[in-house]
Amino acid sequence: MYAYDEIDRTLVNERVSEFRDQVKRRLSGELTEDEFKLLRLQNGVYLQLHAYMFRVAIPYGTLATSQLRALAHVARKYDRGYGHFTTRQNIQFNWIKLAELPDALADLAKVGIHAMQTSGNNMRNVTSDQWAGVAPGEIEDPRIWSELIRQHTTLHPEFSFLPRKFKIAITASDHDRAAIKIHDIGLRLVRNEKNETGFEVLVGGGLGRTPFIAKTIKHFVHGRDILSYIEAILRVYNQYGRRDNIYKARIKILVHELGIEKFSREVEEEWQHIRNSSLQIDDEVIEDIRSRFTYPAYEKLPHMPDELRQAAADPEFEAWRKSSVAPHKVQGYSIVTISLKPIGKPPGDATAEQMDALADLADKYSFGEIRVGHEQNLALPHVAKRDLPALWKALDKLGLATPNVNLITDIIACPGLDYCSLANARSIPIAQELSRRFANHELANLIGRLHINISGCINACGHHHVGHIGILGVEKNGEEVYQITIGGRADENAALGTLIGPGVKFDEVADVIEDVVEAYLALRERPDELFMDTVKRLGVEPFKERVYATR
Amino acid sequence: MTSPLEQKKIKIAGPSVVTANRTWDGIVVYRTAAKSWSADLSEAAIVRNSDEAKALLAESVADDVGAVGPYIAPVQVGDDGKVEPGNLREHIRRTGVTIGQPAQV
Ligand code: HEM
Ligand code: SF4
Repeated sequence: MYAYDEIDRTLVNERVSEFRDQVKRRLSGELTEDEFKLLRLQNGVYLQLHAYMFRVAIPYGTLATSQLRALAHVARKYDRGYGHFTTRQNIQFNWIKLAELPDALADLAKVGIHAMQTSGNNMRNVTSDQWAGVAPGEIEDPRIWSELIRQHTTLHPEFSFLPRKFKIAITASDHDRAAIKIHDIGLRLVRNEKNETGFEVLVGGGLGRTPFIAKTIKHFVHGRDILSYIEAILRVYNQYGRRDNIYKARIKILVHELGIEKFSREVEEEWQHIRNSSLQIDDEVIEDIRSRFTYPAYEKLPHMPDELRQAAADPEFEAWRKSSVAPHKVQGYSIVTISLKPIGKPPGDATAEQMDALADLADKYSFGEIRVGHEQNLALPHVAKRDLPALWKALDKLGLATPNVNLITDIIACPGLDYCSLANARSIPIAQELSRRFANHELANLIGRLHINISGCINACGHHHVGHIGILGVEKNGEEVYQITIGGRADENAALGTLIGPGVKFDEVADVIEDVVEAYLALRERPDELFMDTVKRLGVEPFKERVYATR
Repeated sequence: MTSPLEQKKIKIAGPSVVTANRTWDGIVVYRTAAKSWSADLSEAAIVRNSDEAKALLAESVADDVGAVGPYIAPVQVGDDGKVEPGNLREHIRRTGVTIGQPAQV
């Protein structure tokens, strides 16, 4: 867990009273909506179809149980009893009243939660691997560096008025769970030959209308130089952003237009001016942050406790364990993913009761800590293996033990036309129907790892471009139409999917996906050839044939 | 279903209303003939040509304290005078999400 310092707490509280005053002036008519809009966006408040939407940051996806209970409290007291976890380690509340928002913010501030930088053209919540600090084989806990960047960029004038919003993600593992290649800046912790810690820096990733996979701009930047290097990137970006309208967009466009070589030369030049400035990070600063991340007092436990051995006889437990339990860096412990994808329900939603109960379970079994991942699932990061059977039973009672992590029903979907004012088409009902079609666990298991991502418009909040199967809702003559891509991925081998053909209607989407899956099952060389590998080997043609032959 | 918030030129193809979200709580409201807002579509003022629409929108925009983001939305008026939303987006705004909310299930 991370302990906020006094400066943070004061800052958060000041922001709440400031916002309270702004809301008061808005409701009295002293502020017009035009004047107020920017202020509310800076506090995570959007206007959606049915109500205001309130977005709360969960920095690097780490939550204390007191914080999860506070989120449950907000869901219950100010909303309709649930919240929606998003792909950027945020939670959104869909039914908040503006008049009550300052109270909700104040309640969250008590536990150190805020909504700063969850919207607007600024530096957004720095995201990280949800397994940070517990995954085996990490170079170092990436949250230490996320926190450093968070502190440096929060409310920093140079980062608050960027040409567009700006997103950074950090990972410290070979397997990228933070999707760093679809961020404006992606950082991967690495060691150089001298065993010093630093970063491989990637730049220019992003989805939306013009999707790009980030490119490596520098293979090694020493840890102490990372702030000046990021600053150099931002300066080059800012400079072009002002000089020419065409670049007044995301950094991905700039990198694409300039080319990575020219862009990196410019960054390098800028960097040489500032790398030895006050931006160089003192060891003490990093030490101080490091010391604020505390880890549980792990016990010395056996690799295979009796409880686990006995439970292995129960096939339902085994199904869950295989899907949801991952190795931990400490022997005798596991990382447990909590699927927020129960069959037939909206992906990523959790009720206040589930959040409260999960907080209790985290206190009992995970040293009071919960993680939020970009796949819209949660995780308990420090579960003793001997507790797994008891935890599973408790989760099952809460409807939180669906054994589908990384399977076809572990769908990522944006809110779409059911909530979002920008949407062209619905996303959630498509996810629900697919989830029902593939509800059979044996079938889902037979299919194996397969990620479906759904967005309700080209803004791509559901990351459809990088779904193994991506579904994008568009509008045609007042009707919802869905374009289907295959072969995308969001991990260390990130790639954009390829369109398989003309769009299909709302009612046809699930049939088409079934066809794609059947084609895969028929075409794969071996049972363990994953969907994305079959697509890579054969291209989209055979899938296209199968889908459109009869349509 | 392009976001009507971006609607610039005012041209309507059939009966329309002005809709927005109420400022203090954000709920969906419709402009009434009595120059106020109602959560009930049946109380909405119906406009049938561009001039009427423009006037109703201007009046709605001026009432910025009452509601946020007013825009013109199509409706269908039945033979019995019953008013229904004119597209899926407005239908969802009126009747709520088309999916079960977890708190209700
Ligand atoms: C319902 C309210 C939402 C609104 C109004 C909204 C709006 C937007 C907009 C306008 C963009 C595009 C910005 C651009 O041009 O770069 C965007 C991007 C994005 N949104 Fe949302 N969004 C919403 C909900 C969500 C949710 C629920 C998630 C997570 C499931 C999400 C995740 C993202 C991500 C990851 C991107 C970045 C895509 C990229 O890499 O370019 N958003 N959002
Ligand atoms: S992708 Fe489009 S429809 Fe979906 S949440 Fe983002 S802006 Fe809304």
